[in-house]
Amino acid sequence: MSIGQKREPILTGRNLVKRYGKVVALDHCDFDLYPGEILAVIGDNGAGKSTLIKALSGAVIPDAGEVRLEGKPVHFTSPNDARHAGIETVYQTLAMSPALSITDNMFMGREMRKPGFRGKWLRQLDRPAMEKFARDKLNDLGLMTIQNINQAVETLSGGQRQGVAVARAAAFGSRVIILDEPTAALGVKESRRVLELILDVRSRGIPIILISHNMPHVFELADRVHVHRLGKRLCVIDPKNHSMSDAVAYMTGAKVPETEFETA
Amino acid sequence: MPTDTDHYETSVRERRAEAVAEFADHKPSPLQRVQHALHVTPALVPLIVLLASIVVFGALLGSRFFSPFALTLILQQVQIVGIVAAAQSLVILTAGIDLSVGAIMVLSSVVMGQFTFRYGIPGPVAVACGLAVGTACGFLNGWLVARMKLPPFIVTLGTWQIFLATNYLYSANETIRAQDIEATAPILQFFGAKFSIGGAVFTVGVVFMITLILGLGWVLRHTAWGRHVYALGDDAEAAQLSGVDVKRTLISVYMLSGLICAFAGWALIGRIGSVSPTSGYDANIESITAVVIGGISLFGGRGSIMGSLFGALIVGVFSLGLRLLGADAQWTYFFIGVLIIAAVAVDQWIRKVSA
Amino acid sequence: MKHLFTGTALALITAAGAAQAESHMADVSACLITKTDTNPFFVKMREGAQQAAEEMGITLNAYAGNVDGDHETQVDAIETCIANGASGILITASDTSAIVSAVTQARDAGLLVIALDTPLNPIDAADATFATDNFLAGELIGQWAAAKLGEEAANAKIAMLDLGVSQPSVDVLRDQGFLTGFGIDTKDPNKWGDEDDPRIVGNDVTAGNEEGGRTAMENLLAKDPEINVVYTINEPAAAGAYEALKSFGRENDVLIVSVDGGCPGVANVADGIIGATSQQYPLEMAKLGVEAIAQYAEDGTLPENTEGKDFYDTGVKLVTDEPVDGVDSISVEEGQELCWG
Repeated sequence: MSIGQKREPILTGRNLVKRYGKVVALDHCDFDLYPGEILAVIGDNGAGKSTLIKALSGAVIPDAGEVRLEGKPVHFTSPNDARHAGIETVYQTLAMSPALSITDNMFMGREMRKPGFRGKWLRQLDRPAMEKFARDKLNDLGLMTIQNINQAVETLSGGQRQGVAVARAAAFGSRVIILDEPTAALGVKESRRVLELILDVRSRGIPIILISHNMPHVFELADRVHVHRLGKRLCVIDPKNHSMSDAVAYMTGAKVPETEFETA
Repeated sequence: MPTDTDHYETSVRERRAEAVAEFADHKPSPLQRVQHALHVTPALVPLIVLLASIVVFGALLGSRFFSPFALTLILQQVQIVGIVAAAQSLVILTAGIDLSVGAIMVLSSVVMGQFTFRYGIPGPVAVACGLAVGTACGFLNGWLVARMKLPPFIVTLGTWQIFLATNYLYSANETIRAQDIEATAPILQFFGAKFSIGGAVFTVGVVFMITLILGLGWVLRHTAWGRHVYALGDDAEAAQLSGVDVKRTLISVYMLSGLICAFAGWALIGRIGSVSPTSGYDANIESITAVVIGGISLFGGRGSIMGSLFGALIVGVFSLGLRLLGADAQWTYFFIGVLIIAAVAVDQWIRKVSA
Repeated sequence: MKHLFTGTALALITAAGAAQAESHMADVSACLITKTDTNPFFVKMREGAQQAAEEMGITLNAYAGNVDGDHETQVDAIETCIANGASGILITASDTSAIVSAVTQARDAGLLVIALDTPLNPIDAADATFATDNFLAGELIGQWAAAKLGEEAANAKIAMLDLGVSQPSVDVLRDQGFLTGFGIDTKDPNKWGDEDDPRIVGNDVTAGNEEGGRTAMENLLAKDPEINVVYTINEPAAAGAYEALKSFGRENDVLIVSVDGGCPGVANVADGIIGATSQQYPLEMAKLGVEAIAQYAEDGTLPENTEGKDFYDTGVKLVTDEPVDGVDSISVEEGQELCWG
């Protein structure tokens, strides 16, 4: 897929700094995400990629620097702020309540109420509407092998859970979806299914940030790869022009890239 | 038990198989079906135990036990514990525990009584003050748990002592007699008012207990707040990340629990007629017992509030049944102990249903 | 100088006791250890002791268990008193056997130990016992109830509302005293619940409070709704039992008897809720106890028992507005003057 460099990025970070005591987790880091792309973020453990992601999703407030969404500066103080702005995150832990149903989990924190008296005064949930919405969203992503929308999440397999979490993000994430290690806990076949799901979501035009350690998955999916090293962006590479071993070499410092932007 | 080990092994095997079985469903065994049914409807176990114990005692005692009169008597005897257990259930659903429920209850009832008799405040206002005191006590618990991030067990262990001491200091251990209350402020005994349908005798307190638990059951199931209570008990971190205001929800749970305890204090005056600062000493343990037998998980997020009513009723059925049989009162404690352990074992077993 | 000896060897403490006996009264201190500090009975006892101590110019330290039955805290308190170099201890034991070794330790250290209200097991584990004759207290209400029923006593249906399943001595003595007074064979007098007289509908436990009293009464009424005599361990239990009877519509034709003589209880006698109650005198008990310790500190005199009893009887009186022949009683007005709590 060709990425027009001249297009405006949808989400940018400039000079982001975050310190934890003497440890510098983000060291004047830059970041760009373009509309419609899958941007993979890779980096060694401790390189600061999770801090970067948290700064973009509101879970961490940067000490300095600026985050812009569609060109406008934003200041997220909680994951809820980012969510209201249309940035949805699928955490590695999935952030789901295992004992609650699929519907409950999809709507957690943004439930729909019944119209009229029952919704306004009794604050009654509009279950039929919520269930229909949940079923539609899962259907959209071809996840309706899940038979009962009201079954508890803990009765689902790992891949199904990941599917529900992605569906939740896709249903509400109008601008950006962040996926943190979506295949880390899954078997081969389930991983495959989730990768298809990610491509499916991307085909709807929503840009995706994918954090992963799995190089084959990264190289299969990503349009561009952001290599993170020592708290900042080392370079952005085009997976079509680079091998996985190059990427790993950049990540670990074994090799130094010639320019920050190697993509066309 | 061989079946348990068998089951454990099969479940492990199945879990391993599922890793590659991806989205395909598998055929559950009958045992798993039972496990699943219990998982979906956690109040089923205590309900079955309750019905079974009524049948057994009914068979042993005949009409002395199996009469509308005796059965509604059990309701009257468990009303206080039932109401307090409703409060306890809410807190336990958030993976907390409230040891101060009994102290809040007694303190509220003492405030209602003393405000009326010491300061001459009209009954209804004094009742409102008592309810407010209960809610405030709950707020203190909730604030310490949610804002100061102290463990609920420690917080309520402390406030239990504080509320109880406040109660004794404030009341000077004075009991207000039933006859004085009846003459001056009969509204304090409102929950004791009774009516009968056939041979069945109901008090306002009993009706309140049942309405309260049905109402809370509805709220927990059908409002966002209720879902948030379950979610934060299940996994507070996940709930927070999903957009639940965990702190506010926690504080609201403890406040509601305090308010319900204050209602229990009002009901207590109706039940014993008088205001006695020494009552309700074991209410915390009794309510936790009812909640646990009722199948609500002490680890939070699981169980139905109806279960705690069934749990309280099971204890009531055993107490009255065994007394009618002429058994030593120790047997009641013995069987309650057995039930508690059985209930927790069933809870653990149900949890294995996942994956 | 007391402090010099604090926490030192036993011999030194004994010496301190002796030294104090010669010194001025202001140096004499006594301990009062009650079951709880919430029950009005013990509150009154503490007031009485405090008052007597002030009059005699000695120091009184009061301790209490957290709940009835909490004897560990009482043992801690005894040890504190030994360490403090007190001259004597007044104790209402929460467990009459479990604290005996601590009491022996205190006596070995030269302290005078007086059991108040509740005799230790064995009774001579303490130097002296100042108590209500609980058996007599029960016997009085038993005799009164029997006399009140007259001929009908032979067909009575009796509910026995006791204290607790552990059957502490006060529980047994009052229960068995009542049955003896009523004219029922008690079988083993050291145990309640073993009687086979058909007039007894059953025994149930109340924990001595209103709620326990109500529940126990309901249980026994469910067993036999014809109950017409109710024995209660104390007046709060009686008040609870009355609420149960009221809910069964039986409040006017059942005879409730009780023991204690607390002010709310006596008021309940005045209102006809309780037929008769045996009144005891905690204030007196505590006052006599403090005086005995002061006396002991001064010249080592040990208190003596009431003639014919193995303890000092602080007295008990039947309070009722319906006196019967052959049983001495005082009126409600007199009872109200003497009542406590």
